[in-house]
Amino acid sequence: MFESLSDRLGGVFDRLTRQGALTEDDVTAAMREVRQALLDADVSLPVVRSFVRAVTAKATGAAVTKSITPGQQVVKIVHDELIRTLQGDDAPETLQIDTPPAPILMVGLQGSGKTTTTAKLAKRLTEREKKRVLMASLDTNRPAAMEQLAILGQQVGVDTLPIVPGENAVQIAKRARQQASFGGYDVYMLDTAGRLHVDDVLMDEVQAVRDVVNPRETLLVVDGLTGQDAVNVATEFDAKVGVSGVVLTRMDGDGRGGAALSMRQITGKPIRFVGLGEKMDALESFDAERVAGRILGMGDIVALVEKA
Amino acid sequence: RLLGRETAPAEPRRELDDAMLEELEDMLIAADMGTETALRVTANIAEGRMGRRIGATELKQALADEITRIMAPVAQPLPLYPRKPQVVLVVGVNGSGKTTTIGKLASQLRAAGKTVVIAACDTFRAAAVEQLQVWGDRAGVPVLVAPQGSDPASLAYDAMVRAESDGADLLLIDTAGRLQNRADLMEELAKIVRVIRKKDETAPHNTLLVLDATTGQNALSQVEAFRRMADVSGLVMTKLDGTARGGVLVALADRYGLPIHAIGVGEQIDDLDAFEPDEFARALVGL
Ligand SMILES: Nc1nc2c(ncn2[C@@H]2O[C@H](COP(=O)(O)OP(=O)(O)OP(=O)(O)O)[C@@H](O)[C@H]2O)c(=O)[nH]1
Ligand SMILES: Nc1nc2c(ncn2[C@@H]2O[C@H](COP(=O)(O)OP(=O)(O)OP(=O)(O)O)[C@@H](O)[C@H]2O)c(=O)[nH]1
Ligand SMILES: [Mg+2]
Ligand SMILES: [Mg+2]
Repeated sequence: MFESLSDRLGGVFDRLTRQGALTEDDVTAAMREVRQALLDADVSLPVVRSFVRAVTAKATGAAVTKSITPGQQVVKIVHDELIRTLQGDDAPETLQIDTPPAPILMVGLQGSGKTTTTAKLAKRLTEREKKRVLMASLDTNRPAAMEQLAILGQQVGVDTLPIVPGENAVQIAKRARQQASFGGYDVYMLDTAGRLHVDDVLMDEVQAVRDVVNPRETLLVVDGLTGQDAVNVATEFDAKVGVSGVVLTRMDGDGRGGAALSMRQITGKPIRFVGLGEKMDALESFDAERVAGRILGMGDIVALVEKA
Repeated sequence: RLLGRETAPAEPRRELDDAMLEELEDMLIAADMGTETALRVTANIAEGRMGRRIGATELKQALADEITRIMAPVAQPLPLYPRKPQVVLVVGVNGSGKTTTIGKLASQLRAAGKTVVIAACDTFRAAAVEQLQVWGDRAGVPVLVAPQGSDPASLAYDAMVRAESDGADLLLIDTAGRLQNRADLMEELAKIVRVIRKKDETAPHNTLLVLDATTGQNALSQVEAFRRMADVSGLVMTKLDGTARGGVLVALADRYGLPIHAIGVGEQIDDLDAFEPDEFARALVGL
């Protein structure tokens, strides 16, 4: 539905196939296209602005070698910068869960994929890292939310905290902590109800939970199809709850995944995992290169430029 | 305060120029309208106004009027037909709010004196049936279920039979969430439609696509694909109680002209409102 960045830039630079360095005018023209490509990929506007500023500085005066066109040169600079921003410095899949029992708090908007991701991650930690994991649902809001987690727990063979009707989120969190230490678990995962970042009552509730358990990791679960609202979600959840990492779900869709860049840039926290389906093993560690290519709407062209 | 009367300070007026238009455009883009539609909408209101001095509120109002003009034709409540049972199929990607919307809708229809039956055709997701049963209880409407993993199309068929013999006015069918690029799951949906038509070739009488307001430009591809595979007749947008503005609806109205039947504005049973173009437009431009 949307043009890829290289198609766009092809048009801009067809007229100027000269060699040498990229002039300021070249770059300005190119950046209009870069901006548009990022917005079409649902990168949040303020993030687009700062990204374009950064890339403009890098591209102006950059040498264009004989073997590639100025357009390809710009694509490469943009692509590299995207990867650099998305990647960050740390290994994405390493969670800080060494001292048992380590609490992991899962937060996010309604329907973003928290419960599913909780079970997927529990399965992964159990199987790959041989952790003993306990899952607990603090979702007293959504109908059958606790049953959902209990069923998933059975499916993946991970224990869930017994359901006690009538308890509030903080009470459940305390019981989970207790059960986790008595039961000798390495990790306990707290799945929370979906909430809007502007819902003060529910944001207070999750703060209270955080203050009780002191999570080692607080993962913000975000729909990979999220549009411009990503900037608000990232800002507010990070400010009010403090996130340590991000999980992007529904990356098996055909969305361009611009929310990845918004999340990374605004929270400054690593994107740890991506959800790639509804099945319990459809969770992978984040691959900056793949997502960068996707945001720009291209795969092969980048490989071609890299050879140049 | 000498005269004891408060007058709002006159809004500064600026000459409408490209920079100002770009600011407006950005505002629309930030509301998920998409670059193309944002450009077109601002160009429309610029016509005849360029170079004139204009205040920010006046400009926003013009923009809101333009958006209202585009959206007014698609603001239509769910059409009700004499046909019994009227079959309403609810589809959409994962987590968009299908099940919740069915609960809210059932409650409204009941309040309007209709008899309603719900079919829980999401036989895939964990506790999807239990979730819908709670909504059925809240709305006071029976929910037909089948074991997890069973064929949703055959449950849909059974539900048609049951709704007919019960003399129900409406049958609401919940389906599992599916991403539109999953050919196998889209085919499963097409099969549900085929099987329903074996019982009543005019059914489903409404196919509602539920869109999440948080979704960005991917909503366009969702509408495109679900329209192709399931013959979508109308839209519901959920989660408009957050900070997402749902601007993509403008692009959708422009491109497909599908009716928007309702909007979701919360998680409670009464949080389903009619789509009001003017209110929507004003929220979009921050008025
Ligand atoms: N295709 C796809 N679907 C997913 C993915 N992750 C979750 N889902 C689906 O998205 C829907 C919502 O997932 P949940 O885990 O219930 O979301 P949640 O955030 O717990 O929802 P609430 O508790 O209501 O806020 C379900 O249908 C899941 O199967 C993913 O990575 N890909
Ligand atoms: N704030 C808000 N939340 C909503 C709205 N509509 C639904 N939700 C919430 O969104 C989450 C997902 O809703 P569901 O009705 O389960 O969505 P679904 O499309 O049936 O999900 P799947 O069956 O898993 O694909 C739940 O937590 C709902 O309470 C709305 O209008 N506003
Ligand atoms: Mg949940
Ligand atoms: Mg559902």
